[in-house]
Amino acid sequence: MVQYTNPNLDASFAALADVTRRGVLEKLGQAEASITDLAEKFNMTLTGMKKHVGVLEQAGLVVTKKVGRVRTCQIGPHRLDEATAWLDKYRQLWAARFDELDRVIEDLKQREKFDGRKKSE
Amino acid sequence: MKNRTTVERKSERELVVTRTFDAPARIVFEAWTQPDLFKRWWGLKSMGMSLRSCEMDVRTGGGYRLVFSNGMEFFGRYIEVIPNSRLVWTNEEGGADGPVTTVTFEEKGGKTLLVMLELYPSKEALDAAGTGAADGMDEMFGQLDEFLAGDSGTAS
Repeated sequence: MVQYTNPNLDASFAALADVTRRGVLEKLGQAEASITDLAEKFNMTLTGMKKHVGVLEQAGLVVTKKVGRVRTCQIGPHRLDEATAWLDKYRQLWAARFDELDRVIEDLKQREKFDGRKKSE
Repeated sequence: MKNRTTVERKSERELVVTRTFDAPARIVFEAWTQPDLFKRWWGLKSMGMSLRSCEMDVRTGGGYRLVFSNGMEFFGRYIEVIPNSRLVWTNEEGGADGPVTTVTFEEKGGKTLLVMLELYPSKEALDAAGTGAADGMDEMFGQLDEFLAGDSGTAS
């Protein structure tokens, strides 16, 4: 069992692991929408859509507010944090790769030194 | 002491990664263009991932295809190759939303500053890559999570 270091990130990634929820985020990125709108758009029952929005809300990716009888959804405050978190992961991916690359380069430098010595002999 | 890797979202459509290497540009370039060398560092063995195969026809118009041990594939073609100085390639596994990657190797005092720029076709495409919606990224970052959680080697 893998322990995630950041529970918020874990919730965000779980929330994003579903194609409908990613679609909802994309939609809300363009404009806010009511749960009814979203349910129609994604061809889903109101209850089904409420569940998806709930998961997104839990992860802080979406916030909802009730005006009269309509619940409106919009992109939540975690959006920026997520972008930063992603960039950081991306950086770590490349840092890990480049540390390996350092080793390869070290070998190449050694080889060149060795070849150079052989040539001058 | 390891050199620092920096990442910056330079614009709505661009990501930039920089890193200095303690070697002349021709050596760094060689490690990016020789399949047997490339395989040794691109695969992230420490994260339990390795490249199962690596085909690279490094010349303008030439293609490449990388296959990871878990079956993930990355492919595209080189659109510019200037020895020891510049590489530009497409990333076509994600369809039309894939970025164009430009890597420049700039030598100064025996060291090389490497700048890798990924230019996405749209802000939306870069955002999608960021949310993990892009092909392959979910899995890639999943493995990275495991690695960062300190389970490298034993996690699967």
